[in-house]
Amino acid sequence: MPHIDFKNDLPGIRSALAYSPETAAPLGVLAEILLRSDEGLTRAERELIATYVSYLNDCFYCHHSHGEIACIYLDGDREIIDQVRNDFSTADISEKLKGLLRIAGKVQQSGKAVTTDDVVHAKNSGATDKDIHDTVLIAAAFCMFNRYVDGLATTTPKDMSSYPLRAKQVAEKGYGNHIYTEKQPA
Amino acid sequence: MPYIPLEEHLPGITGLLEYRKDTAAPIRELTQFLLRGPSSLTEGERELIATIVSHRNECRFCTAAHTAAADILLEEEETSARVKQDIATAPVSDKMKALLTIAALVQQGGKYVTPESIEKAKDLGATDIEIHDTVLIAALFCLYNRYVDGLSTVAPTDPGFYKGLGERLKNHGYNRLPQGYDHLKKKA
Repeated sequence: MPHIDFKNDLPGIRSALAYSPETAAPLGVLAEILLRSDEGLTRAERELIATYVSYLNDCFYCHHSHGEIACIYLDGDREIIDQVRNDFSTADISEKLKGLLRIAGKVQQSGKAVTTDDVVHAKNSGATDKDIHDTVLIAAAFCMFNRYVDGLATTTPKDMSSYPLRAKQVAEKGYGNHIYTEKQPA
Repeated sequence: MPYIPLEEHLPGITGLLEYRKDTAAPIRELTQFLLRGPSSLTEGERELIATIVSHRNECRFCTAAHTAAADILLEEEETSARVKQDIATAPVSDKMKALLTIAALVQQGGKYVTPESIEKAKDLGATDIEIHDTVLIAALFCLYNRYVDGLSTVAPTDPGFYKGLGERLKNHGYNRLPQGYDHLKKKA
């Protein structure tokens, strides 16, 4: 049961967003820019970073929601998502993304855990300053989103078939107020 | 030294917010609403939440900045110091102790927030909105602290710097200064 009365039955973060529209608006804009910008990192790479950090934070709702969105951008290649979760160093992804996931994993622990060596390694694998910036900020943002979702004990849908439906909605129309104002996909 | 090229006259978070202004805009708007918007918690109380989370995340820059802001708003320095030392014995209301305890649990992880910690806050008069805002402020500072330290931004050692920053946070809040930050160049 949620820690507060959201006055709605929406799943996961959507219940908190609907409860507090003033904070939902900037949160939606931030997610849209960080996860759907096509400059530098791809949308799939951005969602994989979000999925990985949410997995490390043990946030079931965010982990599976962003995993499904990544899956859409990867044309249904679920294997890559499993590989990233289990051991990204052996996953079928670029060396650059491996370097960035290493940084994201450190950010999940603490900002201070990121070392010069982590950054040099990512840069040597082709990461630009902007890629590194975006990776750190995506990872940090998911340390916020995950805590918002679990810290208020929002409702986690048990029906796994509902995750791809919400993912499709986000992949098609992006992040923003529509995810809690419009009818939930079913 | 920062891991990416940031303007030297803007240490800590400010250089990052100027580095990518498109992500900075919603972060600033969210912070302005949570810490300065209409609320039954005072601005000083909300700065104490930012302070305890930054302190537990060992983020020197954010801890010093929000301690300074809290001290200016509360017009004394004892409360912030004692909150950082021990929430249970700090000179704040029992409701505020319960909210600061929730914030400290959020710092560890969302799942650390127990129904008991929420019930205690409610018994002491905390409303759902106050609990919501406390959790989101604490979560937001888990973002800020990681952003600031994860890119290895500079934390000035001069206490006077934070006093100036605290004044800016009191007078201008979290919105970007209309004139930008070039005027700070000469002082740097």
